[in-house]
Amino acid sequence: MKSFTYERAKTPAEAAGSVAKASGAKFLAGGTNLLDLMKLEIETPTHLVDVQDIGLDTIEKTKDGGLRIGALVTNTALASDQRIRRDYGVLSRAIVAGASGQLRNKATTAGNLLQRTRCPYFYDTNMACNKRQPGSGCAAIQGYSRQLGVIGTSDSCIATYPGDMAIALRVLDATIATVKPDGATRTIAMADFHRLPGDTPQFDTVLERGELITHVDLPRPIGGQHVYRKVRDRASYAFALVSVAAVIQPDGKVRAAFGGMAPKPWRVEAGEAGLHEDPAAAMETIFSGARPTEDNAFKIPLAQRALASAVAQTRS
Amino acid sequence: MEFKAPAETNLFDTAKIVGKSTPRIDGPLKTTGTAPYAYERHDVVANQAYGYVLGSAIAKGRITSMDVSEALAAPGVITVVTSPDSDIPGISSMNNARLFGGSEIAHYHQAIACVVAETFEQARSAAALIRTKYDREQGRFDFPALAPGAPLAKGRGGKPDEASLGDFDGAFAASAVKLDATYTTPDESHAMMEPHATIAAWEGDQLTLWTSNQMIAWGKKSMGEALGIDPENIRLDSPYIGGGFGGKLFIRADVLVAALAAKAAKRPVKVALQRPLMANNTTHRHATIQRIRIGAQTDGKITAIAHENWSGNINGEDGENGTLQTPVLYAGANRKTANYIATLDLPEGNAMRAPGEAPGHMALEVAMDELAEKLGIDPIELRIRNEPTSVPSKPEKRFSDRNLVRCLREGSQRFGWSDRQAEPGKVRDGQWLVGMGVAAGYRAAPTMKSAARVRLDGSGKVIVETDMTDIGTGSYTIIAQTAAETMGVSLDRVVVTLGDSRFPASSGSGGQWGAASSTAGVYAACVNLRRAIGEKMGFNGDDAVFADGRIRTGNQVVDLADAGSLSADGEITFGEFKRGYDVGTYAAHFAEVAVNAYTGEARIRRMLAVCDAGRILNPLSARSQVIGAMVMAAGAALMEELAVDKRFGLFINHDLAGYEVPVHADITRQDVVFLDTLDPIISPMKAKGVGELGICGPGAAIANAIYNATGVRVRDYPITLDKYFEKLPTIA
Amino acid sequence: MNGKGELAVSRRGVIVGGTSAVALASLPASGQERAQAQPSASMPPAAMPVAFEVNGAPVELTLDTRTTLLDALREHLKLTGTKKGCDHGQCGACTVIVNGQRINSCLSLAVQHQGDTVKTIEGLGTPANLHPMQAAFIKHDGYQCGYCTPGQICSAVAVLDEIKAGVPSHAQDDITAKPRVTSDELRERMSGNICRCGAYSNIAEAILETAGAKA
Ligand SMILES: Cc1cc2nc3c(=O)[nH]c(=O)nc-3n(C[C@H](O)[C@H](O)[C@H](O)COP(=O)(O)OP(=O)(O)OC[C@H]3O[C@@H](n4cnc5c(N)ncnc54)[C@H](O)[C@@H]3O)c2cc1C
Ligand code: SF4
Ligand code: FES
Ligand code: FES
Repeated sequence: MKSFTYERAKTPAEAAGSVAKASGAKFLAGGTNLLDLMKLEIETPTHLVDVQDIGLDTIEKTKDGGLRIGALVTNTALASDQRIRRDYGVLSRAIVAGASGQLRNKATTAGNLLQRTRCPYFYDTNMACNKRQPGSGCAAIQGYSRQLGVIGTSDSCIATYPGDMAIALRVLDATIATVKPDGATRTIAMADFHRLPGDTPQFDTVLERGELITHVDLPRPIGGQHVYRKVRDRASYAFALVSVAAVIQPDGKVRAAFGGMAPKPWRVEAGEAGLHEDPAAAMETIFSGARPTEDNAFKIPLAQRALASAVAQTRS
Repeated sequence: MEFKAPAETNLFDTAKIVGKSTPRIDGPLKTTGTAPYAYERHDVVANQAYGYVLGSAIAKGRITSMDVSEALAAPGVITVVTSPDSDIPGISSMNNARLFGGSEIAHYHQAIACVVAETFEQARSAAALIRTKYDREQGRFDFPALAPGAPLAKGRGGKPDEASLGDFDGAFAASAVKLDATYTTPDESHAMMEPHATIAAWEGDQLTLWTSNQMIAWGKKSMGEALGIDPENIRLDSPYIGGGFGGKLFIRADVLVAALAAKAAKRPVKVALQRPLMANNTTHRHATIQRIRIGAQTDGKITAIAHENWSGNINGEDGENGTLQTPVLYAGANRKTANYIATLDLPEGNAMRAPGEAPGHMALEVAMDELAEKLGIDPIELRIRNEPTSVPSKPEKRFSDRNLVRCLREGSQRFGWSDRQAEPGKVRDGQWLVGMGVAAGYRAAPTMKSAARVRLDGSGKVIVETDMTDIGTGSYTIIAQTAAETMGVSLDRVVVTLGDSRFPASSGSGGQWGAASSTAGVYAACVNLRRAIGEKMGFNGDDAVFADGRIRTGNQVVDLADAGSLSADGEITFGEFKRGYDVGTYAAHFAEVAVNAYTGEARIRRMLAVCDAGRILNPLSARSQVIGAMVMAAGAALMEELAVDKRFGLFINHDLAGYEVPVHADITRQDVVFLDTLDPIISPMKAKGVGELGICGPGAAIANAIYNATGVRVRDYPITLDKYFEKLPTIA
Repeated sequence: MNGKGELAVSRRGVIVGGTSAVALASLPASGQERAQAQPSASMPPAAMPVAFEVNGAPVELTLDTRTTLLDALREHLKLTGTKKGCDHGQCGACTVIVNGQRINSCLSLAVQHQGDTVKTIEGLGTPANLHPMQAAFIKHDGYQCGYCTPGQICSAVAVLDEIKAGVPSHAQDDITAKPRVTSDELRERMSGNICRCGAYSNIAEAILETAGAKA
């Protein structure tokens, strides 16, 4: 871990300003991802701006009947909130399917969205990795890629976004509110938040330098049955091989976003429409253009079965 | 004391303490965080500096240069020890690869430097400033590709490791029912929770190593060899060991670089291997390929059985021999085993809990399940029909004590085996397909000579000192029980001190020999102490009765405290007579597993082990040994695999997130039953170990349960869902 | 290996190589290259004061900012009951209770804890005065090597509080329901604490007993 200086910001604006000011500065929320990566010198910030004191730790009702989640709300607090459990069950379920109790107590909403990939070659600094060191190559391609992405990947990077919460946020059409160092704010749809790697896999999201996530906004509840089906090798404390966040309406209509498949939560609204009538055809649309490796081709049929299992679960 | 004839009736047959469930005497320390592990010993020596180990970035080749100038200039750095600049032997006779020293790189993450600094943070960041240039060579990383051309391993006395009896080929060809199947098991990691760690301190030429090692006497000798110094100048101390499972049987890079770094820094240095280094830097269980052929008559009697095994290792020696149990477990007049080994450039393979037998059962006991199905015979019945009367591969050799059939019958009843549907895929519970599986287990019960010192401190306290280790096995407690029983005092009057090489050399902890051997050694020392007391007080120690803190001879009663301070050493050695017997432990393992019909996720619902291991010294901790082994077996069956990158020659999933071991949620109900057997051939205690027996079989029972649940047979471990979910019966 | 030049790196990850130094693949973007890319590497360590409470006693330390809460406890305060199993959030051995909530102390900087209340295994009980959870672990033999044990016990104590507080878990069928102390709940909630010795089912029994529930 490289040396760094540390400060605690008092307000969102101050935090954004501090990160913009110092080159090599980063926000520190729970630290459960950033510190892990700093120990391995995958991340080497020279200055950390701790955001724990900037507020943004509540969940408020919005005017249009949705909820506004502060960026610093912990995973535990978010999953425990009665309104979330009642009206956005898929979100609560996705969160408790992730990491461990200890990690969820520390992990924040913003930090969770921004957690980096779990590609094993990204984690081993002796290996070439375009995401870690742009232009160095990608050791995962033709390597051990069982966990890696099947769609949305590129010739530069085949990693996945590994988290769970974001998959539920995607299916709920959440938006992300930010403030930039100059004070400008913007709203980013979940659909647009994580980037596909293309030639620049080092950028996971569309955030700019010093841009601080302040909130995640949920639109008004959409009803339906909420399921989060996470398929993994062990029963808990493991990243998904494949996961699906689904909301199933009484008329059988299904919304579904998939985790473990792509560099971002994978949802294709155009394909979704057919899910309740001809799931196989719909899944073909959703995963058309997939480029799996020999190791991870199983993820596509598994995703379909995970969804079928989720739907069946709501019927029983 | 030489154990030279079968044990007769002795004081352990009327024991009041030995054999009773006893909470661990080290429990209050372990549960309050006050038991000191190697890296934590702030109190033993002042001025400790921090070492951080750098691992090689390549798997094969050589270091052409190392520039440590920037690291040396970094804040807080005291010194840097590098492999090319170290001309120590760097290897002991027990390691399969050099641990440190020289420029050759034999495997990935081989230790190439240790940075010593005032703080951990400084040492870690300076390690990243070392610039190393390598000349990389092509390595042999593809075990499955190399296995077919691999030669026979060296067996006993350097002879090729194969054995046969009768005419396997002829009998197999002629048999009514044949099974010929090949199974694979992957490389596995010990993944003990405490990383390998050491504090090293020199005083002149005297070296003290507070470390985490299962085998103190081996470690001392090995460190002498690896450093090229007289082992008499070395002291090892390992009172608490945070898990070993074979991974701490031999010295590793931590202890070697700590010693070198402490010398260079001229002050004590502490080193713990970073978790991401452990999988490639230390040892692992080798992958195997196993072909099993069994021929049987229609009544299930095996007429021919062959088990061939392939594994690989860095030096072309010391592989994972999956055939070990096969010469012993089932009858059959015509048999063959062969063990081949390829030479690889992957990290060093070495012993992990029940080496050979653990993966061996994962193959053989599935083969038996497959054979049972072909025959249309219940798998328990098939095993019973093939119960031998003497060692099948050496019919002149007797079993010391063998109750496998009892284990199977008792287990069948307790598990509710009769509810099992023989036809697979028939039991549904919502989305889940449910099945049951069984496997037999055999693990040899070796013994090793073992010594101890037992002292009286004048207050009636009994103090036991031996270099025996407690790696979670419960040694502290069974040793205390043994001493309390033999000296006739209550458990709280016994103090046990372990793991210090200044104490008499014990068997150490490995190969499931620790419990039987070390307690017998303590018994031997106690017998000598009783004699010494008798001599001092004027009676025959062998005839006196030691009970309730008093000694009774004739009509004279004295307090043990009256004997004053006295000390006696004793050692148990094991005589030739044992050679005529196969001394083993047996088990029947059961599992019920549910498999999600959509996704193939397998979740264990319950497990049972019925064990035959002679006297159980402490049923509470013995049970823990067995359930722990069952958990590890579940990991091997369902999830554990060091993933080999065959291009770069490393295990790429080298941390605890990438290498998944079972968590709480994977393990539900576990039951263990011990048969009340006694084995007079093993030791005066008639007690055998169970720590490895518990991992011999449960993996296969789980695999068989998955088959019974789904009708899909997966022969490549671990049985992860991607290997079979698409073949699952379709859901209505 | 001379930086990037000598072993060309292919974007497909693998190249066919020369003779002696067979270029197997995109070799190691090694530490050496990264260090070169970042001349700021040896910025002097930043030290900062931090004050928090550990097991009821106030502590004040001046620490390298890089010091984790775990290393502050183990190396600076010499409270070695909290264990380091992985240092990467992957095992749970370092679990401590901060402001009433369990966290992995290895993935938290000490300086993040200014003003916090930290409880470690040493603060739960002592050999002479065991916490009921510690006593239950001994009774049910909920440990073997003992290395994961302090983390298991801290976690277990916090888990019972979490259930009481209504924090939901993956084991619940109905996410809106109030969780109960059941064996399945405990196993799911304890899954962030790995025990390689495999004491799991004994640990579950120890916790159930402490919670006053039947197995
Ligand atoms: C062993 C292990 C297992 C795990 N398993 C899972 C799992 O199964 N599922 C899952 O979803 N997750 C899992 N996680 C990941 C965990 O959920 C994340 O580490 C956590 O959510 C990150 O949150 P944090 O607040 O600690 O982020 P930090 O580590 O503090 O920050 C992460 C990143 O976000 C940036 N950042 C933080 N806050 C802001 C902000 N407000 N605005 C802009 N940038 C910001 C930081 O600069 C940093 O780059 C696991 C983690 C570990 C260690
Ligand atoms: S897949 Fe992406 S993250 Fe993984 S090694 Fe390749 S570039 Fe790096
Ligand atoms: S040491 Fe913190 S989780 Fe392993
Ligand atoms: S007791 Fe050894 S890891 Fe849990």
